[in-house]
Amino acid sequence: MSKQKTERLLSLVVCLLSTGRYLTAGQIRAAVPGYPEAFEAFKRMFERDKDELRELGIPLETGVNAHGDEEVGYRISRQAYELPEIMLEPDEAAVLGLAARVWQRAELAGAAAGGLLKLRAAGIDAEETTQPGIEPRLRTGEAAFGPLWRAVRDRRPVSFSYQAAGRAAPQARTLEPWGVVNRHGRWYVVGFDRDRGEERVFRLSRIDGPVAFAGPPGSVVVPAGADVHKSVSAWDNAPPAVRTAELRIRRGAGHGLRRRASSERPHPAAGPQGREADAGLWDLVHTPFSDTGWYADYIASFGADVVVLEPVDLRDAVIRRLKGALA
Amino acid sequence: MTSRAGRAGTATGRLQRLLALVPYVVSRQVVGLAETAAAFGISEGDLVDDLNMLWCVELRSPDPYCPIDLSYEGGEITVTEAESIGRPLRLGTDEASALLVALRMLAELPGPQDRSALRRTIAKLESAAGDAGAASAQVAVQMDGRAPADVQAQVADALRRRKRLHLSYYVPGRDEATERDADPMRLLVLEGRAYLEAWCRRAEAVRLFRLDRVLALTVLDVAAEVPDEAEQVDVDSGLFRPAAGDLRVEIELSDAGRWVAEYYPCEQVTDLGDGRLHVVLRTPDTRWVRRLALRLGEDGRVVAPAELAEQVSQDAAAALAQYS
Repeated sequence: MSKQKTERLLSLVVCLLSTGRYLTAGQIRAAVPGYPEAFEAFKRMFERDKDELRELGIPLETGVNAHGDEEVGYRISRQAYELPEIMLEPDEAAVLGLAARVWQRAELAGAAAGGLLKLRAAGIDAEETTQPGIEPRLRTGEAAFGPLWRAVRDRRPVSFSYQAAGRAAPQARTLEPWGVVNRHGRWYVVGFDRDRGEERVFRLSRIDGPVAFAGPPGSVVVPAGADVHKSVSAWDNAPPAVRTAELRIRRGAGHGLRRRASSERPHPAAGPQGREADAGLWDLVHTPFSDTGWYADYIASFGADVVVLEPVDLRDAVIRRLKGALA
Repeated sequence: MTSRAGRAGTATGRLQRLLALVPYVVSRQVVGLAETAAAFGISEGDLVDDLNMLWCVELRSPDPYCPIDLSYEGGEITVTEAESIGRPLRLGTDEASALLVALRMLAELPGPQDRSALRRTIAKLESAAGDAGAASAQVAVQMDGRAPADVQAQVADALRRRKRLHLSYYVPGRDEATERDADPMRLLVLEGRAYLEAWCRRAEAVRLFRLDRVLALTVLDVAAEVPDEAEQVDVDSGLFRPAAGDLRVEIELSDAGRWVAEYYPCEQVTDLGDGRLHVVLRTPDTRWVRRLALRLGEDGRVVAPAELAEQVSQDAAAALAQYS
């Protein structure tokens, strides 16, 4: 059954590509073997075949050969069907082979393999294993990726339930998606939030349950100036460092903090900050920071190895964190 | 719906293969059966079935004729008449996007990637894809750029020349700077970050090193020796997998602590209502959990094991004593 269908579809493609003229359904039935005799049964099967070819991306055209022709016909334009000439140098073919591996097992893995196959069919020798030792991967573990990519591609609005940070219950959202962005391994969708009436960024891992289409293909207009790259960076980026923390860090500890230090010296044994017992055991370290809450959390994680001396709001925030962990 | 491209076993999946097979042979003039079967990921028997089906295509009108002529005598395929299917079908939107997004991601990697080759390939592919490539502009990948490019360049150099590395490496879970020699195996790029996969001579095991945590690195003038038993990490099934004998840790998170469930691989996540979560983690080393608990403060509480909860309290008390 499946073999007969493949044979029929193959013959249909060859037939419609070979003809310069539009062929009517009747002419197609006469030329392509494998269709049933009964006209109604033929029509049904032919309709399905047309859909399947279009799903594969085969540009099936409908039209008439001359004004006044009553019945529409079908053809496939060679120009629209054929992959344009593409030649790659060996180093280019090598990076293409590497790129085709990036989606391994992720949402677009099949598409990448299908694309690579067509390029190889065009004569490109892209090995799937190139540069030994380099394995880049993009993962799409978030279930929402597939439907959101299709929505972006087909310009369709979507609705989903979203668990925003700091909110107890998920909320229903309707979005006109402009693009999907992977930032540092996490997927985000950017678009126009119909409920909020403005541009919003959503993290895919916080989408709760299925993503449903909320309109027909082509009904989303991406504004001319939209830059999904920038939207996600702006949403996620920490503001530039503006303040300096003065920290007492136990010798041999606090490496994560020391890596960003602007100054670092042994803790003085005397003077305003001096404590006799601290000499030789502690360092005095200055580090830049911006978000007090985040930095306090981070400092608290070092426990008794790091003490905030200044500023006072950072010191208080760390103490609050530690008291919270005490109970 | 080209995302379903290449589905084995369906009539349309096979049609796609047949439409690629003829140009594959045509563009190479003559090509071996075995090589072609390998390129298409099918058996030689399946390939011969495909070739027979192509050869048997017959159109009946006006006069019957066989548009495709080919032979595979002596294990060598040639196509003498390809009719109208001598060129491959255009790239679909999903196909063009998958490849373009991946190429642009590679171009984002810091370090020794062949940028010129990437730029040229992207330009050629964009031009060949035409309209099908346009949607790829709506997918972007941003790498974590904190790993210094010179570290990545040195790792790539050591891999190429198969040399041992000396690493000074920061382990944040223990707040330790560690020193070790490692024999590089692969450079992995996962979750937007670059990792060195290497045989760690200190642990005598395969380890992943995040390049942004490498404090210093020297390529030694010693040949790398990766033992046969060194098993590559299966990068497609997640980086962190619990081992038998790992400790089971239970934490209750407030609404503000929910991020923990996103950042760490949890074995179990239970919604407690009001935004609260109960999570179960498995780990061989509880030092990082103690640090995490301090960081969470009142937004997370270790509920099991009890000894770990007690340690967290003691850690917090010791830290608070510094402020009194």
